[in-house]
Amino acid sequence: MKILNRLLELLAGDPQADRAVPPTGFTARLTLLSSGAMAFLAVFALALSLATGRLADRWSAELAKTSTLRISAPQDQMEAQTRAGLTVLQSTPGIAQARPLTDDEQRELLAPWFGPDLPVETLPVPQLIEIIEDSDGYDSTGLRARLQAEVPGAVLDDHTRWREPLVEAASRLRLLGFVSMLLIAGATAAMITLAANAALAANSQVIRVMRLVGAQDIYIARAFVRRFTLRALIGAAAGTFIGTLAVMLLPSADAAGGFLTGLGFQGWHWLWPLVIPILAAVVAFVATRQAALRTLKEQS
Amino acid sequence: MIELDNVAYNYGGAELFSGLNLQLAAGSFHFLTGPSGAGKTTLLKLCYGELVATSGQVRLFGQDARALSRDDVAHMRRRIGVVHQDCQFLDHLTVSENIALPLSVSGHATTSSDLTDLLGWVGLSQQAQQLPPQLSGGERQRAALARAVIMSPEVILADEPTGNVDWEMSQRLLALLVELNKMGKTVLIATHDISLIRAAKAQVSARVLRLKDRRLQLAGADI
Ligand SMILES: Nc1ncnc2c1ncn2[C@@H]1O[C@H](COP(=O)(O)OP(=O)(O)OP(=O)(O)O)[C@@H](O)[C@H]1O
Ligand SMILES: [Mg+2]
Repeated sequence: MKILNRLLELLAGDPQADRAVPPTGFTARLTLLSSGAMAFLAVFALALSLATGRLADRWSAELAKTSTLRISAPQDQMEAQTRAGLTVLQSTPGIAQARPLTDDEQRELLAPWFGPDLPVETLPVPQLIEIIEDSDGYDSTGLRARLQAEVPGAVLDDHTRWREPLVEAASRLRLLGFVSMLLIAGATAAMITLAANAALAANSQVIRVMRLVGAQDIYIARAFVRRFTLRALIGAAAGTFIGTLAVMLLPSADAAGGFLTGLGFQGWHWLWPLVIPILAAVVAFVATRQAALRTLKEQS
Repeated sequence: MIELDNVAYNYGGAELFSGLNLQLAAGSFHFLTGPSGAGKTTLLKLCYGELVATSGQVRLFGQDARALSRDDVAHMRRRIGVVHQDCQFLDHLTVSENIALPLSVSGHATTSSDLTDLLGWVGLSQQAQQLPPQLSGGERQRAALARAVIMSPEVILADEPTGNVDWEMSQRLLALLVELNKMGKTVLIATHDISLIRAAKAQVSARVLRLKDRRLQLAGADI
């Protein structure tokens, strides 16, 4: 907050200090361009992070809490085995709810393969029991052992085989997105420090004279800091705008629902990119201030 | 105001001067003379904290110059007006902006009437909006003097303030400095110009110091 206040105060500016330190076109363009490019990249890193985060959350929410028990048995034993299975499940810790699917639900599951009018009741179709875990989850190895003993026709399908690597990959991608954003911030800071140092070196005579007539370091530094902060803010705002536009224009094939087409912002997440120019300004402010105060201490 | 106590200085090579003592009392008027290269400019730089003595002690307004922080030095320079031998202007600012620079860097508002008065006083009213490189040598020195006094400093250190001007102009500049001294300012002028010193002695009681052979001495009555 303090830094933000100082930032706002700074951006209000001091025209006399601005006159005294002449702008250098080269560093100005460099800062604008690089902070614009970095902001553009940051938008994508942010989109990646948010989208994979969303994906990881959805997958684990959809998959982690449900599994199924499939009971295959001769028609006459089906009901007994189903009941036995339910009894086992209900007495297993970690299972919140176990419910046999109705014939209608089973028909619906098979409809894509056999058409809508399949007489499920008369066919030897396995009975499915939907298992909903509680937040702790159950011990699937123990459950399998018990089922084998008590309900020979039951097969537990807990999805874990293919679920975990996917969720893991999505979380990893989210992490990568975060790391990218940190790297982008770091690279921006480095670039602005270099540009600020170039500007300070180009103005060493001006700085000398200002010191001679009684200027404090902070006064001189502020003239540089203000300029670089403004440039980073403007460059990053432009980069963010273009980046967000590009994300917006990504094809949105909702039907496919794939990972690539999900790489956008959703709902209020569209506000997130607004943070990028502000962050860029803060980074520029800190980087230039450090560079200026250090250089001033070294000169004279 | 400014005291030097057994001060020595070298730029990394041989001693430029050593065992140097000097007291600039409030309201005093001093001349500093000596051959070119003797170290007059160097001595002045010690007096406004641009250089730090290699040994001995420099006290500025009673404070050890070595113990001053960078901000202290900045504040102290607002109390010491310096006419630099090479003027030290910002060439991209106008003459009047250059003269007002000490005010703007210290956060004071520049009142244009004060600035106009000062420009008239040094005879630069016509040149106010020009850039320093467009000025003649004498005009530059007058602008430098104007900048040195704009903060109404307690001490004025002038390094060859009449180096580039004709006799008449040097008399005018001297008159300005004498006038400031009569207003209570402490003045030190480094100069080669013996005739300037003679002219000054007719107007104020000035002490003349000579920096020669690495020593600072009171000049004899021959001047
Ligand atoms: N930055 C520096 N580095 C090394 N030597 C220096 C530096 N500045 C001055 N000198 C040397 O110190 C000596 C004194 O210089 P200074 O400028 O103090 O002399 P001065 O008495 O003011 O001469 P002048 O009357 O010509 O202005 C000179 O020999 C000069 O070459
Ligand atoms: Mg000199």
